Amino acid sequence: MAIPTGEDLRQLRSYLLRYARLQLRDAALAEDAVQETLLAALDGGAAFSGKSQYKNWVVGILKHKIIDVIRKRSREQSLTAEEEASESEMIEGMFEAGGQWHRLPANWGNPEKSLEDKKFWQIFERCLELMPARTARVFMMREVMELTSDEICGELAITQSNLWVMLHRARLSLRGCLETRWFGDAAK
Amino acid sequence: MLACREVSKLLSEARERRLGLWERISLKLHLAMCDGCNNFSKQLDFIGAALRRYRDRDHDD
Repeated sequence: MAIPTGEDLRQLRSYLLRYARLQLRDAALAEDAVQETLLAALDGGAAFSGKSQYKNWVVGILKHKIIDVIRKRSREQSLTAEEEASESEMIEGMFEAGGQWHRLPANWGNPEKSLEDKKFWQIFERCLELMPARTARVFMMREVMELTSDEICGELAITQSNLWVMLHRARLSLRGCLETRWFGDAAK
Repeated sequence: MLACREVSKLLSEARERRLGLWERISLKLHLAMCDGCNNFSKQLDFIGAALRRYRDRDHDD
């Protein structure tokens, strides 16, 4: 591939920013990671046969930068007993004492239709913001960066069962929020 | 018989590891009888896909 044009780079930059913001939930940190990534990419100068191959390579660089940031921050950000209690309380509130759903998850019909709706994405963003920070971080590593369970456990030095508990909470939180704010009766 | 809380956890874990035979059987049995957990299961597929769509969609912001 020829050297990427200015327009290619602008598009790539805006993709990388979204990616980094989703994972880091901090605009300034995301900006730094993307900046470093683009600089490293420009220095790299490897040969690529096409745009998508180039993009994948740059995203690979960004993943490493993001993981560095997460590693540094996770040392400062372990979950306090208080946060742990409030998270587990949130989950427990979704179920009855006997383990049945407090409110049965509804049939969302054909949810793919919502993907075309701008308002849906606003709610979606809001719901992501409402997820507890540490839970959101592992969830994004899993679903956005598409790292494996093993990789995440290695990076964050946590056990698999610990990770699975967090992913379960993240999924319950996001689906609960979308149901309340979008797919539920109130939203329609 | 599994309660919905455990079922929701197994459905989430099924995306992380291969469930054991007994887990799969109990899950199947529960899902055959529980609309809520069935809906939850479909929602898990959707939220993963939506997140990747959000990551990759064209930029209008």
